[in-house]
Amino acid sequence: MADISSNFLGIKSPNPFWLASAPPTDKKYNVLRAFEAGWGGVVWKTLGSQVKNVSSRYSAVDYGGQRVMGFNNIELISDRPLEINLKEIEECVKLFPDRAMIVSLMADNDKKSWSELIKKVEDTGAHGFELNFGCPHGMTERGMGAAVGQDPEIACMVVEWVMEAATIPVITKLTPNVHSVVPTGRSVVKAGTNALSLINTIQSVTGVDLDTLVPNPYVAGKSVFGGYCGPAVKPIALKMLTTIAQDELTSKVPISGIGGVSNWKDAVEFMLLGASNVQVCTAAMKYGFRIVEDMIEGLNNWMDEKGFKILDDFIGKSVDTITHWEDLDINYHHIAKINQDKCIHCGLCYIACEDTSHQSINLAYGKPYNTYTVKEEECVGCNLCMLVCPVDKCITMEEHRVAPEYVNWVEWQKRGLPLNDH
Amino acid sequence: MAITNNKLTKEQYEQNFADIHPPFENKTAAQVEANRCLYCYDAPCTKSCPTGINVPKFIKQIASDNVKGSAHTIFVSNIMGAGCSKVCPVEKLCEGACVYNLLEEEPIHIAKLQRYSTEKAMDNNWQLFERKPSTGKKVAIVGAGPAGLSCAHVLSREGIDITIYEKESKGGGLMTYGIAAYKVTPQFCEDEVNYITAIGGIEIKYNRELGKDITLSQLKKEFDAVYLGIGVGVARQLDIPGEKLEGVVDAIQFIYDLRSKGYPAIPVGDKVAVIGMGMTAIDAATQAKRLGAKEVTMVYRRTEAEKPCTQAELDIAMLDGCEIIWLAAPKKLKGSQGKVKQLVCSKMKLGEPDASGRRSPVDTGETFTLDVDMVIKAAGQVPFEKLVKKYKLDNKNGKLVIDKNCATNIKGVFAGGDAVNGGKEVVDAVQAGKDGAASILSYLGIKNKE
Repeated sequence: MADISSNFLGIKSPNPFWLASAPPTDKKYNVLRAFEAGWGGVVWKTLGSQVKNVSSRYSAVDYGGQRVMGFNNIELISDRPLEINLKEIEECVKLFPDRAMIVSLMADNDKKSWSELIKKVEDTGAHGFELNFGCPHGMTERGMGAAVGQDPEIACMVVEWVMEAATIPVITKLTPNVHSVVPTGRSVVKAGTNALSLINTIQSVTGVDLDTLVPNPYVAGKSVFGGYCGPAVKPIALKMLTTIAQDELTSKVPISGIGGVSNWKDAVEFMLLGASNVQVCTAAMKYGFRIVEDMIEGLNNWMDEKGFKILDDFIGKSVDTITHWEDLDINYHHIAKINQDKCIHCGLCYIACEDTSHQSINLAYGKPYNTYTVKEEECVGCNLCMLVCPVDKCITMEEHRVAPEYVNWVEWQKRGLPLNDH
Repeated sequence: MAITNNKLTKEQYEQNFADIHPPFENKTAAQVEANRCLYCYDAPCTKSCPTGINVPKFIKQIASDNVKGSAHTIFVSNIMGAGCSKVCPVEKLCEGACVYNLLEEEPIHIAKLQRYSTEKAMDNNWQLFERKPSTGKKVAIVGAGPAGLSCAHVLSREGIDITIYEKESKGGGLMTYGIAAYKVTPQFCEDEVNYITAIGGIEIKYNRELGKDITLSQLKKEFDAVYLGIGVGVARQLDIPGEKLEGVVDAIQFIYDLRSKGYPAIPVGDKVAVIGMGMTAIDAATQAKRLGAKEVTMVYRRTEAEKPCTQAELDIAMLDGCEIIWLAAPKKLKGSQGKVKQLVCSKMKLGEPDASGRRSPVDTGETFTLDVDMVIKAAGQVPFEKLVKKYKLDNKNGKLVIDKNCATNIKGVFAGGDAVNGGKEVVDAVQAGKDGAASILSYLGIKNKE
């Protein structure tokens, strides 16, 4: 059995699965239920200036009959009195001393407010802070949240205030609502943050109600941009995570990965691309805290199968495999192969290739079942047919190198090799 | 032992004749199933539908909440799509071809989805087709069954005025008179006929029979073209002794009465034998059981491997508790005081393949006897041989012979459906009606854009 215990900046948790700062972590009742279910830690929902929330607050994107492929919210930071939050945080820490308790903060934009808030929270026995520089709605209009994270200089200034006051580790949470997360990441690392976490939610409109003609979520005939999260944002989060994990400066601090993590596989992918642990919210909001059971068991089984003993054995292992396009090997070539024993003759590979790719699949008419085969000489190896095929491992991509040696684009041009081979 | 009616209570009849394939309860249920569809290209389900309904398209339209579009997709290929969703032997057509079968997975419930869209269209009376301005051309159609109605609808859409002559007092043909009531109710059949004819330009004259009330030459004179969708008629006789005994009935007559007179009015025996193993035989056997017969035995001269009904149909009969005797051919019927009492059968074995390619049954010389008080003959129906011969229509044992343009040997007279093929599914007749309409349009010099 692998050891899945996690040590993030000295903050220990029995597993690398934390609940992200969000509605599920805004009070003792939920947090105790989460710890009982097995979560390794929580990031307590952001504390800061007083706010008032509206109704409604969430909306979702469904896809192909599945609910909540993407999720958005317009809820602000904690609307509960600070004193109650602090008291409950302290109680939770005492009841579950082996779990990580991180508190998310977003104070008013002055040094005094930040240092006062930090002092109060440290008294609860919490193990670390996460700075909310990412909230994309509501708070930004007051110059907070993403408004801070979008400006590397302001972010740097706030982190400096925080680092002056804090005696426990500080994680800075980055907003994805920027061209690149790296400038703010670098800026806050320079300012002394102990770690980074990303991504916060992405500004979004999930859809428009075709009867009322008002977008979601609906508040008295109006809507606002909300923060998008859930499975739909995972690919964007992984990309942003990789840029932080590959940067010379930002890669020096641990990273907590966030963005659409729904199961152990997602978690492993974040960790392979450089996250030391992951934070989860939408999946828990859809199914409840019990999802952590399979996350723990699945991670364990996968590590055993791969021979990884501890998390550090695989954290960051895939970071270097993402390279620049011009470094890719142009002589690598693979061709689709359709396993006729597995083929169910749905024709999806054919129509995708015929209409939108390289006309590389042959259709031999049959009634009722056509036979589909790959025209090897036409196939560019784009993967499209394999991706749309509904049958597991029916279409595989077989390696047919053009030539044995590695030649990249730069070298290709230098040698004057032919272009437009298709 | 006696043949009596009113064997059951009202509640029992209701329960026994309730819809055997209940519809989706709600939109969510339909959409869950619709989303399971892979949206195959050149889909095997569509290719296996005699009318070529674009199945993946109509299913995706349910998923996208475009039910009206979905119904249109179905009706444009099959105007009896609502009825077909209830009576088609889908296990050997669309659903039998669904690619999920190849994954050993449950096929998409195509019929149930088709029912979802088409019932909504009928319930809300969505008129999804617009009739073109009248061309002034007139076509007579004989028979308001699936072939005739389908032909009429296509022609009416093109602005042709249609008069249908129907010998019964209701339209729908065998859909209305020859199918088990737990599949389609008489009320549904009437609604479907009304829905189809609501496009306008179609007048149905009921209780008008070709050869009795009207003549072919009359129709030829009054109309620009004639379409014969007269179906098949008389039940095939067994030609064995005792066939005239009281208690020996035709399956088609039995089902016809059951559907037109109401369940309690229909007498049924305690020990019923059904001869045959086609769809009509199954419908007769199961409904005899559901009317309160104590024992129903189905007798078939070949083996299960050669049965003409589908497995799904046979399963219904077996679940209803009908006994099945394979390799048994009726030899004679014995009675007393004019009433049938016993069915004597020859035990058969399989010999060489016959013209149909199936191994033909051969008499072993041994017999066995069943005690019965009612015998239902469902050994197929025979065409209206006398009628077609009277009009000198080319035929093969009474089945009308048509060319590739659906034309008979008499100029301007077209035909299709059971009258030509000897008796197939409703969906085959619908396609025959479409084909006939296309031929009539080109005969009349009218371009059909669809």
